[in-house]
Amino acid sequence: MARFKSKKSGGVPAINTGSMSDIIFMFLFFFMVITTIRENTLIVKVKVPTATELQKLEKKSLVSYIYVGLPTKKELAGSGTRIQLNDQYSTVDDIGNFLALERQSRDEADRRKLTTSLKVDMETKMGIVADIKQELRKFNALLISYSTRKANEGKLFSGQ
Amino acid sequence: MRKPPEINTGSMADISFLLLTFFLLTSSINTDKGIFRKLPPPADPTVKPADIKDRNIFTVLINKNDRLLVEGKPADITMLRQQAKEFLSNPADDPELPEKKLEAIAFLGDYPVSKGVISIQNDRGTSYNMYIKVQNELTAAINELRDELAMNKFNRKFDELTDPDLVSAVQKAIPISISEAEPVDIGGQQ
Repeated sequence: MARFKSKKSGGVPAINTGSMSDIIFMFLFFFMVITTIRENTLIVKVKVPTATELQKLEKKSLVSYIYVGLPTKKELAGSGTRIQLNDQYSTVDDIGNFLALERQSRDEADRRKLTTSLKVDMETKMGIVADIKQELRKFNALLISYSTRKANEGKLFSGQ
Repeated sequence: MRKPPEINTGSMADISFLLLTFFLLTSSINTDKGIFRKLPPPADPTVKPADIKDRNIFTVLINKNDRLLVEGKPADITMLRQQAKEFLSNPADDPELPEKKLEAIAFLGDYPVSKGVISIQNDRGTSYNMYIKVQNELTAAINELRDELAMNKFNRKFDELTDPDLVSAVQKAIPISISEAEPVDIGGQQ
């Protein structure tokens, strides 16, 4: 009898937590796969405007980005609004070259669906945006998306 | 034989939690959203633009101070959506508002498609923020009209239509007819 008693005296048995780490690791890998670490380091300040009528960009691999805003490295690029293509400051004339390279790196079949996402700072004047749009038209990159953040209906006009 | 002592793996979960939070904070689920537009193909200088009747054009001008001039009158952006909707739908067949053309569309039958075109012209000094707000309002007007039509005919909102044929039918009935004139440089860039 004494033998059985000694077994019961241990209190609540410890829960095995060994598999907990496996579950967390699974989460970790899941997040690592679905998220992307931003490819381009921004060298212009971009705070995109807000809007309500948004559409998602369907295929990320078919999007090329053009950033426009005030440069963060003033000693390199001056204080005016600049365009960033890939990792460097560029001018409007570089866009044709940039688009050609972007097209080359995609499959033949996908090239027509290539969308250009314009990430333009909200303080920018339309002049430079108009120049970019003319250039895009010239090189037949007609699908564009003005990148925006989601706004609440009520807050949209509060900035005025 | 004695059992080797078990290694305590309780803290392993803590370590992996730490890694998890680290990745959650540093990476971003890239949700790039925006307002989609299709630019017109490069202008052909030999082809003259087609004449459009005055009643079929809804002009929106934005000056360098971000003020609006809608149909020749100063306007406020909060009213723009309503005005654009009225222009595009023309519910009372007002002779001042755009004409309609009956077109046979699958699933909708003969639908009076508006001939109205919204024309935006901005100055080179207009702020991008204002431009997007105007684009947003006009897109909202079109989306609301599409929603109303889809609700009427198919009892569903436009976003919730799953059949691509129905989607393209509604798109045909209410096209995105926004045209942009070349920007002018009156106010100067500053």
